[in-house]
Amino acid sequence: MADETTTPRAPEGGAPHSGGPGGPRGPRTGGPGGPGGPGGRKFFRRKKVCKFCTEKIDAIPYRDVRLLQGFVAERGKIVPRRLTGVCTTHQRRLTRAIKQARNIALLPFAARY
Amino acid sequence: MQRFYEVMFIVRPDTQDEDVDKLIAGFEATVTNGGGTIRSTEKLGRRKLAYTVRKFNEGNYILLTIDADGTLVHELERRLRVSEPVIKFITVRMDEEQKRLDKIKAIRATRKKLSAQPVPAPVEAAEAPAEATPASA
Repeated sequence: MADETTTPRAPEGGAPHSGGPGGPRGPRTGGPGGPGGPGGRKFFRRKKVCKFCTEKIDAIPYRDVRLLQGFVAERGKIVPRRLTGVCTTHQRRLTRAIKQARNIALLPFAARY
Repeated sequence: MQRFYEVMFIVRPDTQDEDVDKLIAGFEATVTNGGGTIRSTEKLGRRKLAYTVRKFNEGNYILLTIDADGTLVHELERRLRVSEPVIKFITVRMDEEQKRLDKIKAIRATRKKLSAQPVPAPVEAAEAPAEATPASA
């Protein structure tokens, strides 16, 4: 009885000891290793693409308020190209459409706050 | 010189439907009598205005698509300006835009034909020999 209980205890205690610290250590070392590896660049900025070029929207009608609304800031200003990523050609057409829409009261010149 | 225009105007919200119809008929008559043609007439319905126009915050939008020349458009605009229930209007020349769109459409159509001709059938890749089992024991 005494011999049987003592002999299995020793390997049982040893096995979880070695497995315990080994388990959590594996993913932990992998976690910080990923971002730490490519040092230098702090954050990755996605290249902006023109919505009209990628989605092949040819016409920018002044009547499509839903479309134009996406390129107008909260107060009614036209959002610049550098923020939206729209290409020069389409920004020009977009600007014209927004201005026409403003003229027929589909879009505000200056929104009320 | 006939050109393709879109004339959009807003009728004040307190006019009756029959009066609106009469108004539209009047403008259509102006266009046809002046030598132009009407492509379509569309009532876009009541909409909230983005800003107050003549103390109205709502308006009845109507869109006319016409083929007309310069003098006729001038006359139509004069009538729109004079008519009391019309609170705002805009005329947009669309023929250049239409020409551009047609061109793009034609180019796209030709490209599609070219790409449609060579249809490469998906060839089934030969199965890689799954013999890379390393002897672990």
